[in-house]
Amino acid sequence: MDTTGTLFMPPGQSTLSGEVDSLFYFIFYMSVFFFVLIVAGTIIFVYRYRRRGKAGLTSGVSHNTTLEVTWTVIPLILVLIIFVWGFKTYMRMNVVPKDAIEIKVTGQKWFWSFDYPEGATTVNELVVPVDKPIKLLMSSKDVIHSFFVPAFRMKMDVLPNRYTITWFEAIGAGNYDLLCAEYCGKGHSEMLGKVKVVSDREYAEWLEKGPGTGEGLNPVDFGAQLYKSKACFTCHSVDGTPNIGPSFKGVYGHKASLEKGGETAVDENYLRESILDPQAKIVAGYQPVMPTYQGVLKDKQIDALIAYIKSLKE
Amino acid sequence: MTDAHSHQPYVAHHFTDAFQQREAAKLGVWIFLLTEILLFGGLFVAYSVFRAWNPDMFHNAHKFLDVRMGTLNTVVLITSSVTVALAIRAIQLGRKKQTIGLLVATLVLAGVFLVVKYFEYSHKFHLGQLPGKYYTFTGVEGSNPHVFFSIYFAMTGLHGIHVLAGMAVISWALINTMKGKYSSEYFTPIEMAGLYWHLVDMIWIFLFPLFYLVG
Amino acid sequence: MNNNETANSISFLSEPKGLKSWLFTLDHKRIGILYLGGIMFSFILGGVFAMLIRLELLRPGPDLVSADTYNQLFTLHGAVMIFLFIIPGVPAALGNFVLPLMLGAKDVAFPRLNLASWYIYVVGAAFALYSLHSGAVDTGWTFYTPYSVQTQTSVVSMTLAAFILGFSSIFTGLNFIVTIHKLRAPGQTWFKLPLFVWALYATAIIQVLATPVLGITLLLLILERLFGIGIFDPAMGGDPVLYQHFFWFYSHPAVYIMILPGMGIISELISVFSHKKIFGYKAIAFSSFGIALVSFLVWGHHMFVSGQSEIAAMIFSFLTFLVGIPSGIKVFNWLSTMYKGSISLETPMLYALSFLVLFTIGGLTGIFLGALSVDVHLHDTYFVVAHFHYVMMGGTVMAFLGGLHYWWPKMFGKLYSSLWSKISVALIFIGFNVTFFSQFILGTKGMPRRYYNYLDQFQPLHAFSTVGSWILGLGFLIMFVYLIHSLFRGRRSGPNPWGALTFEWTTPSPPPTYNFKETPRLTHGPYDFDKIAVEETK
Ligand code: HEA
Ligand code: HEA
Ligand code: HEC
Ligand code: CUA
Ligand SMILES: [Cu+2]
Repeated sequence: MDTTGTLFMPPGQSTLSGEVDSLFYFIFYMSVFFFVLIVAGTIIFVYRYRRRGKAGLTSGVSHNTTLEVTWTVIPLILVLIIFVWGFKTYMRMNVVPKDAIEIKVTGQKWFWSFDYPEGATTVNELVVPVDKPIKLLMSSKDVIHSFFVPAFRMKMDVLPNRYTITWFEAIGAGNYDLLCAEYCGKGHSEMLGKVKVVSDREYAEWLEKGPGTGEGLNPVDFGAQLYKSKACFTCHSVDGTPNIGPSFKGVYGHKASLEKGGETAVDENYLRESILDPQAKIVAGYQPVMPTYQGVLKDKQIDALIAYIKSLKE
Repeated sequence: MTDAHSHQPYVAHHFTDAFQQREAAKLGVWIFLLTEILLFGGLFVAYSVFRAWNPDMFHNAHKFLDVRMGTLNTVVLITSSVTVALAIRAIQLGRKKQTIGLLVATLVLAGVFLVVKYFEYSHKFHLGQLPGKYYTFTGVEGSNPHVFFSIYFAMTGLHGIHVLAGMAVISWALINTMKGKYSSEYFTPIEMAGLYWHLVDMIWIFLFPLFYLVG
Repeated sequence: MNNNETANSISFLSEPKGLKSWLFTLDHKRIGILYLGGIMFSFILGGVFAMLIRLELLRPGPDLVSADTYNQLFTLHGAVMIFLFIIPGVPAALGNFVLPLMLGAKDVAFPRLNLASWYIYVVGAAFALYSLHSGAVDTGWTFYTPYSVQTQTSVVSMTLAAFILGFSSIFTGLNFIVTIHKLRAPGQTWFKLPLFVWALYATAIIQVLATPVLGITLLLLILERLFGIGIFDPAMGGDPVLYQHFFWFYSHPAVYIMILPGMGIISELISVFSHKKIFGYKAIAFSSFGIALVSFLVWGHHMFVSGQSEIAAMIFSFLTFLVGIPSGIKVFNWLSTMYKGSISLETPMLYALSFLVLFTIGGLTGIFLGALSVDVHLHDTYFVVAHFHYVMMGGTVMAFLGGLHYWWPKMFGKLYSSLWSKISVALIFIGFNVTFFSQFILGTKGMPRRYYNYLDQFQPLHAFSTVGSWILGLGFLIMFVYLIHSLFRGRRSGPNPWGALTFEWTTPSPPPTYNFKETPRLTHGPYDFDKIAVEETK
């Protein structure tokens, strides 16, 4: 459990989170006021005017213009304040600062991939520098997803065949949850990621290293890293339990029976095909839901993944 | 029961008199017509949205509709509206035979409309101008021309179903007229059937220019 | 007991006899009861789905069901509760029974259409159940494209079900409008109508105007699935956001189809059990129309993060707030009605008071969601789930149960146990708050909805909520037991057990088939407790 933050909101970590929270609490206290007013009124009336014995004729009051105007006008003024306040922040959420770093976000069943201006790509981990506005240019490859980072109070739908844009500026280094907030099927609740906010220097170093190149790793270790970072683990386990897709444990060298009937030998070519054109051969008992990694993975990365899968013997 | 309405067999027991029953039926049918308009309203919105996004494609695609057939059908439907209106007048005057004749004429015209539609549809099927993923025609310039034909088939198809429903209602009125259920005193069902038919006609009056003329 | 039989023999329940006489009945009271059976069945079905959802969410990770099954569960829970339970709920079941009685009429304007609407309801329900059998849908009750076009599950039969159910709703609405216009008793002018009638009237207007649009939307969705017509599916050149506009154009007004009749019931209950003239009659009547009218123009508040233009978002947010004002007016009027009354805490009144508390919370949290910047954070989280359960369950269902307990003696001529019914209200009230208040906190902390699995930090609150659902379930269990018990063993009720002034209480309980021996003439207003002394005839 988080320890800071308030009863309702998690700790705010973006330049706009404070603004959102203050409006939230304005409405909150206003609601508490009206709630207490109504509940106290109810309790008092119920007690004070409880029926004793038979009900006789009661008072015929049915109007009081002053009262009626009051309870129309005061809420009206309050909602107008809320409206303007909410709209102002909403506009700031939608107008991207000019000097923002632009990162391309792709949502896909069921993972996020990020393309950085310097050419790096990551999956399910968005690395950004602190105190810099980040513009997100987002689109989806299949159905609608929604990019949601509670700590930044930001959310934006990610649509197929269209770009949506949003931005944020983180105010503290750390790791923050990224969730998919638009229902997108079986793996919707597994479509999770992290936003890793680092200092300017660390960000520069990280870009320098060229994330995802596997520099200094042997192919199997690099493959293991990619298995995590490219989200294979959302659907494939390495311990033999079937998930959305078959487990990688011991697949290599065995025969896979196919949905259409027949079977195929699991060799390097088949593995490669499964990654680049997963719909070509569907393993029996599974749905054709694996996304293609064409364009997401480079050849060297595919080789490393194959090496890693080969290493997972029974 | 104290109400003295039992001598009019067509007044249902829960109405006090024929006037109340007639007024209720009228209001009911008008509200029903309103829901029909809203049903088509959704499609008109879809039409406008896609037309606004792809004006050129819409224009190119609409050239493949046959204006002569459309015009013919417009004339046929307007005429049928006239015959049904005359049928109502005839029954109000108590002319049963004339009413029957006019209702039959309305049905025949409705039939003609459907036959013409059949020829239009089969021509398009033949060319592969089918809705959505069955669309195979290649002669229309612009992106996604199948959307035009999807909307065309959805709207004219739904309208066609309404023509069929209208024919059923008119047939029912016709049979009851033959049985002698209506008279110059009681003719609400024919009036209501007529109202419905006018609506069917009116929707076509909107469809025709939107698809055949402006595209 | 002998007395009973003679009194019973003329009631609409006992005469004519036989299953056929029920299945072909044109009596609005029997049709109301047929509907009541249908929606209670649906409520239990939806409720069982809900209990399974809560059970699965007790702990993170897969326990009870698979991810696919979970997705089907919340979809079916939502769709059954919305389309089969709450939309027909108050109008078609209670409204059908009470409306003609309240107007001093013998029946609704079109009894055959009324029966037809019930059969259409049954056919729609059959399609919904069939979809269960043929690979239950997993799209969420909103059927968003393009997911609903791509998924392998039986979207077509469920959307067809909703489409068909729409007609049932339209027919009920149409029937009510005409009935209210044309079949009022002599002397019953518009401003002497019970407020429940006004509420049904405003509801009927929305039913008639909004439902056809849902119909065409679902039809297009079905065509999209079958033919790929390219209206909503981006892969075929369509626009998924257009679908959302179409869907919410109906489904926002639909939430007022759910709440307005409930508010009508509350007006009756508070006035009758406070034995006091209603405060602000016209304000309550007209605010329903205010709500109905504006409700057509706020649908975009479900789409603040869908990428619609800022201008559109601004207008939708503004109008959303305007809807809060008439709702507030009603709440304050109910409160004032109790002032200087003579309040008795019978079970229906306890439901009315629960409504007051819970609907206020539900409505005020709607204000959070209407605020643009706050909704960006809260959209599609459990905050929204909690909001709509507070208004639907805490609002409409409480009102429905209040109405059911209020008119139960009229419908069946039997009284239920006062003690057990109070125990059950208490359990439902407590269980409800435990289940759903925790969800507000889950939502603000960032727990998205429609999640099969969740991050560990949300576990305590989820567990709390699940425990609440057990209390809630127990409350309902008790309710079903004592209600059924009352049917067989309950004490007979007199014509007017609560001492109310509207027409339905002037006939015997249960009423005879023809309702009134003679068409009654209205001599006083529905809430003239300051002028007329009424006896409670229990
Ligand atoms: C019975 C059903 C019902 C009712 C009555 C309401 C009533 C309201 N709803 Fe709700 N709503 C739903 C059912 C309902 N809603 C459902 C089902 C969803 C989710 C659908 C889905 O996505 O699955 C939803 C979602 C929803 C959203 C979208 C959230 C999102 O997805 O991001 C919004 C946003 O504006 C909203 C707002 C409101 C408002 C402002 C009201 C107002 O009408 C409330 C008015 C009442 C009050 C305000 C309280 C009483 C007033 C006072 C005590 C006076 C003082 C008041 C003030 C000072 C303002 N609702
Ligand atoms: C009228 C509308 C209505 C009602 C009354 C309810 C009632 C309940 N709902 Fe429902 N709910 C919706 C409409 C409604 N819901 C909608 C529209 C959604 C959105 C779906 C979507 O995302 O598409 C939703 C979603 C939803 C979720 C979110 C799922 C998710 O996003 O992943 C949850 C989770 O807790 C939930 C729980 C409950 C519970 C515990 C009840 C309880 O109040 C139910 C209590 C009733 C009973 C228990 C039945 C009767 C009792 C008995 C017969 C006694 C014996 C039975 C047992 C003890 C098992 N609902
Ligand atoms: C969204 C879920 C998902 C993701 C993410 C995913 N897969 Fe798959 N994968 C599947 C499913 C389902 C199947 C079985 C159906 C099929 O053959 O397409 C499968 C099949 C395979 C197979 C064939 C296995 C066999 O037993 O024959 C290989 C190899 C494979 N995936 C590799 C990968 C790699 C490498 C990654 C990550 C870079 C990955 N997958 C990511 C769902 C996924
Ligand atoms: Cu992606 Cu939910
Ligand atoms: Cu809404």
